[in-house]
Amino acid sequence: MNLTLKVWRQKDGASQGQMATYEARDINPDMSFLEMLDVVNETLITKGEDPIAFDSDCREGICGACSLVINGVAHGGHRGTTACQLHMRHFKEGETITVEPWRARAFPIVKDLVSDRGAFDRIIQAGGFVSVNTGGTVDANCLPVAKTDSDEAMDAAQCIGCGACVAACKNASAMLFVSAKISHLAILPQGKPERDRRALSMVRTMDEEGFGNCTVTGSCEAVCPKEISLDFIGRLNREYGKAILKNRIERQGGD
Amino acid sequence: MTLDSKVPSGPLAQKWDKHRFDMKLVNPANKRKFDVIVVGTGLAGASAAASMAELGYNVKAFCFQDSPRRAHSIAAQGGINAAKNYQNDGDSIQRLFYDTIKGGDFRAREANVYRLAQVSVNIIDQCVAQGVPFAREYGGMLTNRSFGGAQVSRTFYARGQTGQQLLLGAYQALSRQIGLGKVKMFPRTEMLDVVLIDGHAKGIVVRNLVTGEISTHAADAVVLATGGYGNVFYLSTNARNCNVSATWRAFKKGAAFANPCYTQIHPTCIPVSGEHQSKLTLMSESLRNDGRVWVPKKAGDNRPAAQIPDSDRDYFLERKYPSFGNLAPRDISSRAAKEACDAGRGVGPGGLGVYLDFADAIKRLSENTVRERYGNLFDMYERITGDNAYQMPMRIFPAVHYTMGGTWVDYNLMSTIPGLFVLGEANFSDHGANRLGASALMQGLADGYFILPYTIGNYFASSKTSKPDLSRPEFKAALESIQSKTRQLLSIKGKRTVSSFHRELGRLLWEKCGMARNEKGLKEALAKIPELREEFWKNVAVPGGGAEMNQTLEHAGRVADYLEFAELLCLDALTRKESCGGHFRTEFQTEDGEALRDDDHYAFVSAWSYKGEGKTPELIQEPLVYEEVHMSQRSYK
Repeated sequence: MNLTLKVWRQKDGASQGQMATYEARDINPDMSFLEMLDVVNETLITKGEDPIAFDSDCREGICGACSLVINGVAHGGHRGTTACQLHMRHFKEGETITVEPWRARAFPIVKDLVSDRGAFDRIIQAGGFVSVNTGGTVDANCLPVAKTDSDEAMDAAQCIGCGACVAACKNASAMLFVSAKISHLAILPQGKPERDRRALSMVRTMDEEGFGNCTVTGSCEAVCPKEISLDFIGRLNREYGKAILKNRIERQGGD
Repeated sequence: MTLDSKVPSGPLAQKWDKHRFDMKLVNPANKRKFDVIVVGTGLAGASAAASMAELGYNVKAFCFQDSPRRAHSIAAQGGINAAKNYQNDGDSIQRLFYDTIKGGDFRAREANVYRLAQVSVNIIDQCVAQGVPFAREYGGMLTNRSFGGAQVSRTFYARGQTGQQLLLGAYQALSRQIGLGKVKMFPRTEMLDVVLIDGHAKGIVVRNLVTGEISTHAADAVVLATGGYGNVFYLSTNARNCNVSATWRAFKKGAAFANPCYTQIHPTCIPVSGEHQSKLTLMSESLRNDGRVWVPKKAGDNRPAAQIPDSDRDYFLERKYPSFGNLAPRDISSRAAKEACDAGRGVGPGGLGVYLDFADAIKRLSENTVRERYGNLFDMYERITGDNAYQMPMRIFPAVHYTMGGTWVDYNLMSTIPGLFVLGEANFSDHGANRLGASALMQGLADGYFILPYTIGNYFASSKTSKPDLSRPEFKAALESIQSKTRQLLSIKGKRTVSSFHRELGRLLWEKCGMARNEKGLKEALAKIPELREEFWKNVAVPGGGAEMNQTLEHAGRVADYLEFAELLCLDALTRKESCGGHFRTEFQTEDGEALRDDDHYAFVSAWSYKGEGKTPELIQEPLVYEEVHMSQRSYK
């Protein structure tokens, strides 16, 4: 296949960016989207030009590194699929494809298609964990967990932290990401003791990082490669609401 | 150099307890006076960093990914072993220990493996307490599946994403410590050298991958948890950026490298689709619980799978290994698939594939049950190949997956450089010549949660070394040497891309030092690698500068190390004149094509010590002494 690419190029966070046009020649339909970009980059390097920078690592849809908006849709618009698992057989001969980075105030661009998603890490650091030290835990089967609860927690826990939900949202809201972690831990008995503190702290950090409010349009769910359900945002709102009502804001830090 | 494994005395089952009592402790109030550097944030690194911070040490953690959550442990699918015996099927610490030793073809250190089996049970307790959503029965109890190389069900799992959930557990524990200020995290930062002061590891040199700035960091000890070297083969199931650089550069500073020829080829990966292929994707071994592996009986049988009747199919694993069947260990299953393909009975393009068929399982269990067990893997298969595996068998082929070799460490996980500890896949310690499925996650977490936090304290309490000091001249020298190497890579301005060198090296190794090796091929590779390396340093193209994000430069640095490391890999394979586990020398096989071990001459760990640029590394042997286990021929028939 032969394709035309319009790709966002930006030298670094401080510089202005613009779209640049490249030809992708002799593309095999069995290639993944990132392998197609590899081929384009090989050509650029051979010509002594700066290749297109983009994040990728596992290339099997689980690490969450890849972060491309393809033809205006985060990860390219195939249900439950990251850009690294999107294959060229879904494109048409001669098609023009636009490739852009995640765009959100909370995800500043580092270079070309690479953005800084450190804000997600800081939200987890604010409370997305169970405060248990290594050692001194009880036998794993001491506390039975209903299969339905365990399954639902897993549905939420499989979030890969890629940030597509933010990129798709016109408010750049991180509610789906935050709700996935809040739900995962609130559903399980191990996470219940600090659920209020967790909800208050994670939501506060989410706001401080500059993410917007939920639009209730569900564009996040539509692009989520792990198909995290919008229902979890409902749960997040309930968790947060209950925590506010109980007004149990505890001091941060300390064991 | 001599090797002291520091295995404690006493009966096998009591060694670890005895050692824990004998080790010196650091008083809780004094722990905050020690700084530790941890490189890598996969299962081993994240769990070690979190656990040490909980104890009170000041930790600096480094990873080259944009977030510690993206380390490649995240991609492990199938599960994690533990001797819980929840299924009442006869499992025990002793049995997990024995299975692991036998699975490793009697080439692992007995005391380490026993300790691994002992702490396996604590890992599951720890992960559940962190909120890892392992699969459960309706009664609320944890459930298990079986895995290759074992006849009990001891594998805990979270759908097909066990590595992800365990890593997120460790990442969350790490994040908590970052929030508390006990860990300082440096993402997008790659380690480029270890700094030694008076013979002890006291710091590292790193490059900030966003700004390109090269800087030094000092600490009282350095921990490498930087994964394996499978990407030396270019195509592997490893993530694109996995590399050998950290352990290789430690090797050049004096950390012996053990058993590099023990590489694991995983039997169930999606076959290569073309030249452009950038990596291979694993289909979890757990699929072999219900899938049946077969090829047509006749070479050149090109009928679609559905039209080949049972009588014309060869279920070769069931035929050759009736007691383990489709769950034969990885090395054995891979070789059997290669044999079938070499005989012209492979399926798909180029005849490089065998079928993994679920038709019987769907008949027996229903499509829904199969979907519940493996749905995400079937989806992944369809995304990559465009084929629906509920309707036709999957096509699979072996691919490089894991590396058992790594930095030599003693019982305390310390390398031959005092103060340099190496954990997880990066060390060589527990899997011998072949790793069993679901044991990598177990080892990474055992090292990080339950072993290093004790042994590092013993190092601090018993070694009187100087406090870390960035003003020492060794730091400046290491920094300048790395800066000059970076400038050199940028100044070549050649014609060939980094990837083309990497691809050529990978193909050479796959052909000469892959699933089957022999003296002739290894010598050819050993002649070819230096030529390729020379060409690399004359003709590699690295555009852009050093003071910016430059992904080509990152890749070039890693490939430069592979081009050196590959030689050690082939040298080790050439020197080990026997077949064992993942190392199969065609000259050493039984009449029916099984690996032929030579315990009289090769029951040792090969630890290689660096002797300087252009010199052959020195081989130092650590004899493998088995106190408990009787070495036998490994049979899965």
